[in-house]
Amino acid sequence: MSITNSIPSLISANNLTCIREDRILFESLDIEINAGDIVQIEGPNGVGKTSLLRILAGLSEPFEGKVYFDNKLINRNRELFHQNLLYLGHLPGVKGEMSAQENLAFNLALHGLDFETAEQTLQEVNLLGFEDALASHLSAGQHRRIALARLWQSKAPIWILDEPFTAIDKLGVKKLEKLFLQHVKQGGCVILTTHQDLSLPDEQVKKIVLTYQF
Amino acid sequence: MVINNTLSYRSAFTLIIKRDLTIAFRHRDDILNPIIFFIIVVTLFPLGIGPESSTLSRIAPGIIWVAALLSTLLSLDRLFKSDHNDGSLEQMLLSPHPVFILMLAKIVAHWLVTGLPLIFIAPVLAVLLHLNENSYGALMLTLLLGTPVLSLLGAIGVALTVGIQKGGVLLSLLVLPLYIPVLIFATSAIDTSAMNLSYSGQLAIIAALFFGSLTLAPFAVSAALKVSTN
Repeated sequence: MSITNSIPSLISANNLTCIREDRILFESLDIEINAGDIVQIEGPNGVGKTSLLRILAGLSEPFEGKVYFDNKLINRNRELFHQNLLYLGHLPGVKGEMSAQENLAFNLALHGLDFETAEQTLQEVNLLGFEDALASHLSAGQHRRIALARLWQSKAPIWILDEPFTAIDKLGVKKLEKLFLQHVKQGGCVILTTHQDLSLPDEQVKKIVLTYQF
Repeated sequence: MVINNTLSYRSAFTLIIKRDLTIAFRHRDDILNPIIFFIIVVTLFPLGIGPESSTLSRIAPGIIWVAALLSTLLSLDRLFKSDHNDGSLEQMLLSPHPVFILMLAKIVAHWLVTGLPLIFIAPVLAVLLHLNENSYGALMLTLLLGTPVLSLLGAIGVALTVGIQKGGVLLSLLVLPLYIPVLIFATSAIDTSAMNLSYSGQLAIIAALFFGSLTLAPFAVSAALKVSTN
């Protein structure tokens, strides 16, 4: 544990610069995210929201800058960082050859969670009755629900979610927002991108706005 | 609330093998395609060259090994491509387990569905090619040690090209030169055995290639995947 700050930030980034296709997406970006934060990253298409999330998750290397978890560099403490991270990209990572339940059980086990509870967890995302159906027979929204089901079991404090509401119906969005509030109350943080308006209270949501750089 | 649990590497390894085998058996085309390719290529040679046993037995080791090599190449694309396209590769790279363990498991699963069946079929096809009867032991041993090398080295090539849309040609160019030592020593071992000489030297070199790639390839694969997904 660190004693440098009175409230240690869960994840912080220092002087981030990202360059894609010879274009600067963002430059000298400093981010500090504490326990209890819901951070929404805003900006038009192609402005670098996904790139920023991938850098924070350690999937991409920034052109310049560093990302810290618990005041330690993330690539020096890969195993520890990944135990505390849940990242869902815009691809759901669901295999068509496996059933909904098998997909979820694998995802849970891969991240060191209890995979016995897969069937009950599917109930949370309204997929009960589909647990034995092969994922290739399910819709895009249902694929995303299988991926999102992990949120209900996850103990990781840092959630990084890239467009989590894509293809999810209104009721599902409500349920997810409730889950986010519950998660941050327990000392976690949520970093997400979405083009939909969140119906969360304004004081709960911090915004990072990215704009085109010329 | 920082979580720091100890994780079992063995359970991660078996988890991935089980998953990949389940997917392979539900998607049988992927298993059958390379095997049928192997059988067709080998059976076409006697038809094209003629049934003369002296010619056929002379070229049998080369035919079987070249066919094994090409059928492995044919199946390699599947190793990471579908996982990359649906996002599950990302999730594996972000799991708390060391990536090289997961990748080793994927390679082992790939060998179990593509390399292992070749070892069972090869002696049957060798009969078609009038392989010298002293050579069957050498054929089986070289395939047993050599096909894992093909999967391990091939995985490095696939990992490097997985991010490229049309990486097929590049993959062959990258991987085939690396396969040549295996091909040379395996066919030489089989030829030597036909003359009733000891082929332990060639076998030792293939074994060295096997253990070298077994220990190093998983690290190369995980490094290559990090570059490809960047």
